[in-house]
Amino acid sequence: MRTCLIVDDSRVIRRVARRILEALDFRVEEASDGAEAMALCRDRLPDAVLLDWNMPVMDGLEFLHALRREPGGERPIVVLCTTRNEPKHIAAALAAGANEYIMKPFDGDIIEAKFAEAGLPFGRTA
Amino acid sequence: MTPSDMEVLAQIVGARSGLVLPPDQAYLAETRLAAVAHAEHLPGVDALLQALRAQPGEALLNAVTDALANNETVFLRDRSVFDLLRDAVLPALAGARPGGAVRVWSAACATGQEPYSLAMLAADLPGMKLDLCASDLSERCLQKAKAGLYTQFEVQRGLPIAQLLRWFEKTEDAWRVRPELRQTVRWRRFNLLHDMAPLRRFDLILCRNVLMYLTPEARRLVLHGLAGRLAPDGVLVLGASESVGDAPDMFEAAPGGRGLFTLPCKAGAKGPRTGT
Ligand SMILES: C[S@@+](CC[C@H](N)C(=O)[O-])C[C@H]1O[C@@H](n2cnc3c(N)ncnc32)[C@H](O)[C@@H]1O
Repeated sequence: MRTCLIVDDSRVIRRVARRILEALDFRVEEASDGAEAMALCRDRLPDAVLLDWNMPVMDGLEFLHALRREPGGERPIVVLCTTRNEPKHIAAALAAGANEYIMKPFDGDIIEAKFAEAGLPFGRTA
Repeated sequence: MTPSDMEVLAQIVGARSGLVLPPDQAYLAETRLAAVAHAEHLPGVDALLQALRAQPGEALLNAVTDALANNETVFLRDRSVFDLLRDAVLPALAGARPGGAVRVWSAACATGQEPYSLAMLAADLPGMKLDLCASDLSERCLQKAKAGLYTQFEVQRGLPIAQLLRWFEKTEDAWRVRPELRQTVRWRRFNLLHDMAPLRRFDLILCRNVLMYLTPEARRLVLHGLAGRLAPDGVLVLGASESVGDAPDMFEAAPGGRGLFTLPCKAGAKGPRTGT
């Protein structure tokens, strides 16, 4: 089963995203900031990361930079998921190695479309 | 809304567009008509129905037809079709034409995502000059398409983020297609039920996800019209769940499938290779 790490400091968002991703057949793990996410990744790299930008301790872009420098860290598909919606933010995230970019608010259709875009198409179970 | 109300509506919509109004969609129809009533400064749906039963003007009939049509669309809808157009169909057509000039018609373009998707894709094809026309019955849809303004929600369905960055600029609360891309599409209002003989010929016609909503007679009429507008080696693209079944002699399924059709070979056409 494919794994996805959800990194967001909002428990509500994590819960919503988890429900969507589980319906898309992912095994989901959660972290509430970049540092926590980094620790989980060092333990075991997920197939995908759904990544908020603004978070305490270590923000999404810092995490992304760090992840891409880890051994094997170029492999996970990273989809930013943030309220930042200026072109310059998007460009910065892509330059940092993001595969796709979701502007909040999102729904199941957007997550599905963006993950497929990033190279993770699904067979839906439910 | 009573069955007789639905009948009145079905007649109006059917006559003007060929669209079928399923009787079981009364609830949906009512919601949409409420919006029309509001826009027309009528007190409610009942007043609107009354006006429709009396002597409705052209504008009102258009507004009602428009409201009851399904205008849903997304960028790069059915991606594999666009891949096929980019990798095989368009290069073959361009190769067979002086200067790589290919005439394309997006024949039920709704709010414009389909022609803009084509324009984006063609921009990356070397040696290609797309002459791109887009039409729809709905004036409201065409206005939006021309403006090229899409909500954040709309630009996140089907469009890769890199394409968004490249071809759109952000406005206060929406995303607007950049002028250089907008300028590549010519828009016009056209009813597919109308005589197509005065139109010119096209090398590629996209008529996707509209036949499925029409009556069989309307589908036949449209398919006959389109066959007359297609260059001998041209390609017709229908929606993923549509076929030429109502005009079986007019077209042949193109190799490669995915809703691509050509004129029958016996007409002397040598279709471009669309196989993968
Ligand atoms: C579901 S949209 C399809 C948009 C796009 N081709 C796609 O596949 O995503 C159907 C469109 O057909 C248009 N339509 C319906 N009847 C029509 C007619 N008789 N002539 C021209 N357009 C028509 C509607 O206004 C609507 O915008």
